[in-house]
Formats: sequence, C-alpha cells, structure tokens
Amino acid sequence: MSDWRKDVEPLTLKGQIAIPYTWHVGDVGSRFLAALRDEKKILGSRCPECGKVFVPARKNCGACFVDISEWVELKPEGVIEAYTIVHYSHPIQPVKPPFAYALIKLDGADVGFLHLIKKDLDKLKNGLRVKAEFSGERTGKILDIDSFELV
Amino acid sequence: MDKAAIVGVAQTRYERRKKDQIFADMVFDVTRAALDDAGLTINDIDSVVTCSNDFYDGRTISGMAVGDAAGGMDKNISTVSGDGTFGAFYGLMRVLSGYKATIVVAHYKGSEGDVKITTNGMFDPIFHRFLGIEAISAAALQANAYMNLYGLTEEQFAEVSVKNHGNALNNPYAQLAMKITVADVMNSKKIADPLKLFDCCPISDGAAAIIIAGEEIAARSKKKPVWIKGVAHCCESYLLGDRDLAKPVALSEAARKAYAMAGIKNPLREIDVAEILEAFSYMEPLWLEGLGFCKPGEGATLIGKGVTGMGGRLPVNPSGGALSANPILVAGLARLIEATLQVRGEAGARQVDKVNTALAQGFNGPCGQSHCVWIIGGKK
Repeated sequence: MSDWRKDVEPLTLKGQIAIPYTWHVGDVGSRFLAALRDEKKILGSRCPECGKVFVPARKNCGACFVDISEWVELKPEGVIEAYTIVHYSHPIQPVKPPFAYALIKLDGADVGFLHLIKKDLDKLKNGLRVKAEFSGERTGKILDIDSFELV
Repeated sequence: MDKAAIVGVAQTRYERRKKDQIFADMVFDVTRAALDDAGLTINDIDSVVTCSNDFYDGRTISGMAVGDAAGGMDKNISTVSGDGTFGAFYGLMRVLSGYKATIVVAHYKGSEGDVKITTNGMFDPIFHRFLGIEAISAAALQANAYMNLYGLTEEQFAEVSVKNHGNALNNPYAQLAMKITVADVMNSKKIADPLKLFDCCPISDGAAAIIIAGEEIAARSKKKPVWIKGVAHCCESYLLGDRDLAKPVALSEAARKAYAMAGIKNPLREIDVAEILEAFSYMEPLWLEGLGFCKPGEGATLIGKGVTGMGGRLPVNPSGGALSANPILVAGLARLIEATLQVRGEAGARQVDKVNTALAQGFNGPCGQSHCVWIIGGKK
C-alpha cells in the first residue's frame, strides 16, 4: 500500500495549540513571589519534623508528610551545586545562548534553587559563590530574579 | 505473586520520521504483530493498556485515539501517561487481578511536535517553566552533578555512546547505528555542557506492544513464555533542587524490591543481560549504580573495563539502547521487549549467550524521577 509514498512528500496539517491558563500560585507561592517583587527577598520554609529548609517555600514536607508553617528569609547568595552551559537556542528560553542553568544552594537552605547565570560563563565551577541580581521591573514571577552572578 | 508471563512482543523500526504512518497505523501494526508473535487472536485479549501523552500527541485523552488500533473495541482500555515499563506494570496488575491477557501498547512521534516545548511542559509552571529548562538542559545538570561528585570525565560517558551506537549495528529496529570513536563523541557539537550531540538520544518515531498473560493463556501461546520474576517502581521528589541528582535513590529502591521478589542477591552474578533507558550517555553508568551492579561512583569504571560490552559479564543495551532510538514512552517498553527477546534466544545478531535472567528498566520524569525495574526469566 505504501510503495508509491516513498517518492512523495505526505500531506500534513499544521496546527498550534495555545491554551490560556491562569494558575493559582497558592498561598505560600503568593507570599514567596510577592517577597521577590516587593522586597527583593528570597523566602524559604522550614519543616518542623526534619528541619529541612526548602526554597521556594513549601506548604508541606513530602518526606515527613507534615504541614510547614515557619518562614525563613534566605540570603540571596549561595554556592553552585550543579550547572550547565546551554549552547542551543529555542523560543522558550528567556535569554539567548550561551547561558547557564544552575542549582544553587542558598545560604541557610537545604535544597538547590534552580535559576539562570548569564555572565562569566567561562569562569563557572561547582562550589563557586553566586548572588541574586533582581530585575528592575518586577511583577511577581520567578524571573523577578534576573539571574545569579559570581560574587 | 501468581505466575504471569510475557507471551507476545512487537516493535516498529524506529526512525527520525515515520512519514507513512499515523499513530493508529503504528499501533495497529504492533498490536497485530504481537498477537501473531504470541499465536493469539484479538479475542484472546480481554484488557488493553495504552501509553501516550497528551502534550506529545497534541490531543486530549490521547490514549482513546489508538484504542481501536490496539484491539480495544468492546473491551476496557486504560491509559498510562508515562513510560511503557509503567504501562506494562499496570498490564501485569490487571492480569493478576483476573484478566486473562492484557495487551500494552505505546506510541510516540517526536517528529510531529516540538520536544523542547513538550518537555519544558513537565516542569513546574510557576517556579521553573519560565526559565526555559527542558529535558536536555535538566539532564546536563544531572550529568554535571554526577561528574562533580565522583570526578568523572566526559570521555568516560563517551564510551557509552561508542558502545551503544556500535551495538545498534546489530539491531534492525535501531535508528542510529554507527561505528564511532570516543574522539567522534568528544568532537560532536556542544549541546549543554557536559553533553555533546552524541551523548544525547535522537528524536524518534515508533511504537511497541507487549502481551502479558496468566498461566492459562501462557500454556497455549506459540512462543516460550517469558516469566515475570520480579518488578517494582519507586518515585522521588519532583523539584530537581530537592534531589541529589548524582544519587538515583528511587532506582535503588525499585531495584531492591524487584530483586527481593525475584530472589536475586548478587545482581552482577545472577543477571545475564540488562536493557536500560539511557536517553543520555551518563545515565548508563548512573543507572548501573542505582541498579546495584556496582558501588556508587563505579558505574563508569564498570563500563571502562568492558564488563557491559557484548563480550562482558553483563552486556548492557545490546540493542543500542535509547541513545540509538528514543521514542519517548515507547523506549522503556522497547527495553522490556529486547530483554524478552534475549530470554527467548531470539535477539538475532545482538543475542547474548545463555540468557536465563534479564533485567529491563525505564523511567518517567526529568533526570529519572521515577523508575520501574523488571526481572524476567525463562523458568517458571
């Protein structure tokens, strides 16, 4: 049945799915994002059972399966736990390559915080200290932190 | 556990673009081929599991669109939105709950969507998606964390790419069969450090099917049944930063449970061949550590010594693995199918000598958030 198709380009249909969503960021997420926007502060939360400090702040600890109510203000500085320099370009990226993603252990936190590094890419190493650079115009989203830079 | 067996398997050839087949065409072909393989008819099947993903397929309730092609007409169908190893797990559960035979199908066409957008979609929309991270850059973070913890080199990862693309030369279903060198991998285009083009799986199209049955059907299937000896899955935290990416703890736990069920005490000695889902080169040594074939940090050494080569003690991915074809969701089912063919002695040029017990592994989620481990064997 398909022999003749080897020599022809099949008929295709182009489509695009663009669905608007309005995600509630949650009460804990709201306070976290509002603190970025209004105070240039990064907030975490501490589990009452294991004592782990999560960032972004969490409402529950999945491991202990308990509520978290204690807020912790973290220093906007920490160390690079893992990083990658991205060499390909795609419209979903908020910045032109090359740029880096990094998991950053903020001072006072027990988990890694995922964000961007845009400068000094040739100097990046695991364990180096970085600090958050906040955007000039902040609207209550994760990119209110523009990126992290080497200290 | 009651006895259950894999009685029929089928896969399409994996290709960059299957331009002559739509999803349902591929699923129909593998369903019919798996039935032929088992010597069964569609009337012997009383339960259907499809594996598909709505984002990937660009349609809602994507499993329903291939129900007819999977022989699901007038039967019950369930959809697993995840890797085929998890779909097969669900298929097994149905057989254990009283169905006689379940067919599990998986399909994927990477050629039709945009993999960076669809895999960006698996990340948290509030805290991570705006950063633009997707499967490749997340994997690169994991590779970096893994290298940094143990002082591994990019050349060690490159050896996996050389081995698996070379193994693929023996697999007629593989997409990227190539004789390459470590230098070729090292010189391939930079993607996201430390990953280069040949460290990464290709975008693939394809489908696969497997029939899991209880003893009654297994007794009259055409091929020698391949018995399920142990299987388990386990999941860890969602957010990448909450995990230690260099330590696949969910895989270790899934493996521990599967080995306990199968009575395996020393996996390296007791398992004859492994098919594991290494969408990126570094995943093979990391998953070997999680599977307990060596100590943490020694996976790359195991590969470097040739233990996982075709002539080694534990050949890993004789098929060429996911580096040689990665139809997402199908890829894990392909691992289980390849392991089944190895136990049957039907793996052709990629057959490993004297396979009594085989392992297959698949995962879901970025950087292997959730893993499923299968132990299968020829003896009931």
